Amino acid sequence: MTPTSRRLLLAAPFAIAAAGGVGFYTALQRQRSGAYNPRGVPSALIGQPPPAFDLPALPDAGVESFGSADLRGLGRPVLVNFWASWCVPCIIEHPQLMKLSREGVPVFGIAYKDRAPDSLQFIRRHGNPFARLAQDVPGRVAIDWGVYGVPESYLLDAQGIIRWRYAGPITDEVLEQDLRILLRRHG
Amino acid sequence: MTSPADMLPDTAQEERARALGREIRCMVCQNQSIEDSEVGLARDLRLLVRERITAGDSDAQVKDFLHARYGDFVLLRPPFAWNTLILWATPLVALLVGFGLILLARRGTASVPPPAPLSAEEQRRLADIEAAIQGKDGNRA
Repeated sequence: MTPTSRRLLLAAPFAIAAAGGVGFYTALQRQRSGAYNPRGVPSALIGQPPPAFDLPALPDAGVESFGSADLRGLGRPVLVNFWASWCVPCIIEHPQLMKLSREGVPVFGIAYKDRAPDSLQFIRRHGNPFARLAQDVPGRVAIDWGVYGVPESYLLDAQGIIRWRYAGPITDEVLEQDLRILLRRHG
Repeated sequence: MTSPADMLPDTAQEERARALGREIRCMVCQNQSIEDSEVGLARDLRLLVRERITAGDSDAQVKDFLHARYGDFVLLRPPFAWNTLILWATPLVALLVGFGLILLARRGTASVPPPAPLSAEEQRRLADIEAAIQGKDGNRA
């Protein structure tokens, strides 16, 4: 073995450890900013219209319910958000939904496996960002969408095709770095 | 685990549901099957599997139903497709690379030239050393 190859062999474990360190650091940083979601799974519904469904409204919420027919070709992108009053990350996400709604982006909510009075109390306390609000108490419509936790959001383009799914709270970073770009692209 | 109240009355159908459930990933815990998980969604999916079976779905139809909603990730045994090719081919590739390395290593040893015969001087020194060793052994005996 030549001295150079011996030196290279000696340096290899250190180089691998250093590369691993850089990788982990980047992953943690991106995770903190919301750019990388280690539990994120690609949705099977990307490029497809939403599943057929009809759900009841949340009584006294002051907004109508919606179904798949209401999502067909709205002529502008719409964000469909699955949430629940018992869901802590939903509170983190809420200000971003309020911001979108104030800017005129239609946000449609589906209260997932929640008691109606609890859902109502949540939007009364934190504000209602939802232009339409439906209840999925058994959680079966959520399964048809491929939802595996709350909050979970789907962006539908102007033609009503699902273009983006985000599992987890839409943080300010996710809103500014991903969602705004997507809203422009599909607007 | 499926609680007794959620089980199907027909034992054959219940067995099928369990076997299927063990092949379906719990999307929340991600490393457990829906049969092993205590999470709410896992229970919903267990009930859904049982509902589809009672409705007369075949095992493949139940899997397709879930695959259409949750994608490849929901199947604990990933399907064989172009995007999973690397996954399935990796063991074979690793085996071939291993064989390749063994072949290379063997050819490397075979190509080492046989050592040159000892010179007259070296043979004399070897004889001396051997004699010395035998002498020592003789002393010890």
